[in-house]
Amino acid sequence: MGMTLAEKILAAHCGRESVRPGELISARVDFVMANDVTAPLAIQEFRKLGVDRLFDPRRVAFIPSHFIPNKDIQSAQNAKFMREFALEQGAVYYEQGRAGVDHVLLPDDGWVLPGDVVVGADSHTCTYGALGCFATGMGSTDIACAMATGDIWMRVPATIKVVYNGRPARWVGGKDIILHTIGDIGVDGALYCALEFHGEALRHIGMEGRFTISNMAIEAGGKAGLMAPDETTLAYVRERAKRDWRVYEPDPGAEYREAREYDVSNLEPMVALPSSPANAVPLSKAPRVNIDQVFIGSCTNGRLADLRLAAEVIRDRKVHENVRCIVVPASHEVYLQALREGLLETFAEAGCAVSTTTCGPCLGGYMGILAEGERCVSTSNRNFPGRMGHVRSEVYLANPAVAAASAVAGRLAGPEEVVK
Amino acid sequence: MTLRGHVHKYGANVDTDAIIPARYLNMTDPAELAKHCMEDIDEGFAERVRPGDVIVATTNFGCGSSREHAPLCIKAAGVSCVIAKSFARIFYRNAINIGLPILECDDAVDGTDAGDGLEVELESGVIRNLTKGSTFRAKPYPDFMLELMRAGGLVEYTRRRLAERKP
Repeated sequence: MGMTLAEKILAAHCGRESVRPGELISARVDFVMANDVTAPLAIQEFRKLGVDRLFDPRRVAFIPSHFIPNKDIQSAQNAKFMREFALEQGAVYYEQGRAGVDHVLLPDDGWVLPGDVVVGADSHTCTYGALGCFATGMGSTDIACAMATGDIWMRVPATIKVVYNGRPARWVGGKDIILHTIGDIGVDGALYCALEFHGEALRHIGMEGRFTISNMAIEAGGKAGLMAPDETTLAYVRERAKRDWRVYEPDPGAEYREAREYDVSNLEPMVALPSSPANAVPLSKAPRVNIDQVFIGSCTNGRLADLRLAAEVIRDRKVHENVRCIVVPASHEVYLQALREGLLETFAEAGCAVSTTTCGPCLGGYMGILAEGERCVSTSNRNFPGRMGHVRSEVYLANPAVAAASAVAGRLAGPEEVVK
Repeated sequence: MTLRGHVHKYGANVDTDAIIPARYLNMTDPAELAKHCMEDIDEGFAERVRPGDVIVATTNFGCGSSREHAPLCIKAAGVSCVIAKSFARIFYRNAINIGLPILECDDAVDGTDAGDGLEVELESGVIRNLTKGSTFRAKPYPDFMLELMRAGGLVEYTRRRLAERKP
């Protein structure tokens, strides 16, 4: 019987010919990650296991990302605790200030690769599925055990096949495609399942847009969001890989729990209204509400292509006097390249606050916190009540072009409204 | 094990930001986190909740972040059990791993109101609504989950496995 991409990868990691949905397996893991929120708990649990070494230090990463550069004493204590453990173990570690958002850094630096099983103590670990690996988020205790043993128990998920036909229009990208999908299937539409993305539309989207699609699989409740590698994937991987990798593809006769098809050629930029990623509407149907803040960044849309797109809209224009626009390149490399290309200057000239890398604004952890009643257009992935600050603030999720246009207009706006 | 307490009832998609807002994620002490449990959707929960109380919610409880702080603070607040129609996957794993009992039962959710007294027998999955005099049966835990719980959670289970591996 044919297997889906998720089943193929999981079977290969538990030494079996095949696995079926619902089976409990113990899977070998190729890479494990934790960040400054989840690592302190994971290290505490690791210490209880009676082992003193990671299963393989070059396959475990600790990334300070959420509260960096440390926002207060407690965050600094946590980061220090994590750093000392990482250095003691010889694990993969990035120093703060020259670090990045975990889910941008690990694929960009070739630590996670096609065919891998990757587990991370962060729900957006599913981002790496765009490389053709099985990557999923878990909690600190799960990660602590995987750090010690190099394996993890897992229930094999059923797979939902999603096919994107057509070619996306100008200003439409991965973010709009996945918001449209979540709007259709709901925030629990893929609960306990893997999503497997296909279709010619993916060929028109670079790796960055694909990461955005896989990143938000969790917003539909998905365990993973996978894509079979193609030439675009392999070109990206070849120049970065730190070790060997293996390409898996789903079998032609694979069994899916369900299949969905979308024609993305007529898709507009999408906006998820407060307070759920599933409240996705086409921009033309979104209310033109006045806004107080724009955030361009995060593991969803803080990559170089995202910054180029936002800069294209904001170049030679000014951020509206009622709006603060915060731009956060998602890694130190992205920051440097954006600097070289003049993008950071474009943002600064327009009146944006340009920051070093951090996950802070996305989760209201630090920087760009919203006051009561404030509205933000954000390129991040969640707009739950209170996500970015006061419980009575509002977050509108959108792509970087819409976010930049909104910053200029002072209200929710599309790029065509400002780029004449 | 029999659990007893009063119901705090919520709707669908109670997310991890609602259970423990990110502004408290620089703390790891469960007792400190418990002071802020549910504070953005149910102000005063931490003061009202009594040992043994039960959280009842509809679908997709615990969606969002992987933060284990969420089940940790619910447990530290004194909640004995969470009953929902469905749980987000990561929350489900985290709850089992840290020893917070969770049960899936559509009928119990539909047949329960805030403030009702509940009695839950964990092994059998039998849920009694003492206020209304009704009885429900939750989906039993999969065997593997029971094994984890009996071992005292994932850390103890893994500790034993690692000890067996040593020559």
